[in-house]
Amino acid sequence: MATVQFNDSAYEGQPSETVLDTLLRHGEEANYSCRKGSCLNCMMQAVEGAVPEKAQAGLRDTLRAQGYFLSCLCRPESDISVVQGEDAALYQRAVILSRELLAPDICRVVLEPATPLYYHAGQFLNLRRRNGLSRSYSLACVPNLDRYLEFHIKRLAGGQMSNWVFDEMQVGESVDIQGPNGCCFYLPGDPGQGLLMIGNGTGLAPLAAIARDALNDGHNGPIRLYHGSRAEGGLYLQDRLLDLAAANANFSYTGCLSGAAPPPGHARGRAEEVAFGEIPDLAGWRVYLCGNPPMVEGAKKRAFLAGADLKEIYADAFELKELRAAPRPAPA
Amino acid sequence: MADTIYQKIGGEAAVNAAVDMFYRKVLSDDHISGYLDNTDMDAQREKQKAFLTMVFGGPNEYTGKDLRTAHAKLVEQGMDDSHFDAVAGHLQDTLSELGVPADIAGEIMTVAAGTRSEVLNR
Ligand code: HEM
Repeated sequence: MATVQFNDSAYEGQPSETVLDTLLRHGEEANYSCRKGSCLNCMMQAVEGAVPEKAQAGLRDTLRAQGYFLSCLCRPESDISVVQGEDAALYQRAVILSRELLAPDICRVVLEPATPLYYHAGQFLNLRRRNGLSRSYSLACVPNLDRYLEFHIKRLAGGQMSNWVFDEMQVGESVDIQGPNGCCFYLPGDPGQGLLMIGNGTGLAPLAAIARDALNDGHNGPIRLYHGSRAEGGLYLQDRLLDLAAANANFSYTGCLSGAAPPPGHARGRAEEVAFGEIPDLAGWRVYLCGNPPMVEGAKKRAFLAGADLKEIYADAFELKELRAAPRPAPA
Repeated sequence: MADTIYQKIGGEAAVNAAVDMFYRKVLSDDHISGYLDNTDMDAQREKQKAFLTMVFGGPNEYTGKDLRTAHAKLVEQGMDDSHFDAVAGHLQDTLSELGVPADIAGEIMTVAAGTRSEVLNR
């Protein structure tokens, strides 16, 4: 069994336990959110000992070379000594420029990073406020088209960060950002390929950005965006997306309402049902899925069965930290 | 030395051509899909690759577990001949859809059939 050395303490790990779980079990205040290797909140640095390859998958080479790894995926095979990591290597400062409501429970937050950020539309950042609380949010902006960074943040019942953003965060104050992270973005090279985008809630933020990025890049294949919400108020950005559709013949936007009979101009049903009903054959398509995990996982399976290659399916499930207090089971 | 089937049909490239087709079939089959853990499709795809590589006569590089150990839990959960036959049927369909010549397909099906007692832990 491996021992995990953290600050001045040494903890005995249990078989197949992750470094994160070992530390949490012993009452250490380790950062984490999704617990499945997507959000990068739990990143740590190994100063001694071997990190399994899997725990560094997807990290940038520079971070990898410095021993950074994801503590939620790291099941050490031998003793390991870890630290929280050089803050400056991961985070930079950003100033809040504005906050405005897009829908009753969704706001747009615009920030300016201390140094320009190189990113792809659709990637996400970790946002950390002064007291250390951090959460992942998708970028809603497009490099070259938008001057500042932008997030769409939904207020969640019991969500510590989102409630703070709505109620207490001040324009002009600064936060820390880490990233960009994630590989849900547009890849140039096949401008005629069909792009299907399905999102619910603020899953629209990265999708709309990816669509604008693709159009700006000269993509001429069909781009079909489906956004789902229970109530009409949740279909934010509609006007903007309808304008985009009017200006680009290969782009379409469909607002889908799963609640009662929808008003004209909307499709009835959940976004994924409407989308798969209209596009039953996805052979050769690239598929982007963003939003709550059950929608994303179900749609991933259906997209695959409808003929899309698994490697052409980019899925970004929004994991909620408040639901992730318990360890995830070890894979079989 | 004679080529193995794995080499004859093109090794890993053949597995890659077959895996999505095969995986779609087993995933759509309610009789067997319950035995697959569908929460992580990318990991699941790797297991289908291990399956195909093995019946094509290639190396099992997945976990390297023997077939008996790898399936023992599933047998406890009720996996039986009907599931084995269903999987073999999807394999057969995949081979014919890919246009694998009959004699090679026959060899592959013989390899698969030969694993029955191990897979079902008899
Ligand atoms: C034609 C006979 C079969 C062959 C040759 C075969 C082959 C394999 C191989 C090579 C592996 C990977 C083992 C490892 O390295 O750990 C595997 C895993 C697996 N097989 Fe099969 N298989 C067969 C039939 C079946 C059937 C009938 C089912 C269920 C309906 C099934 C379900 C699974 C599952 C769920 C795993 C993953 C187990 C795990 O991850 O622990 N297999 N199989």
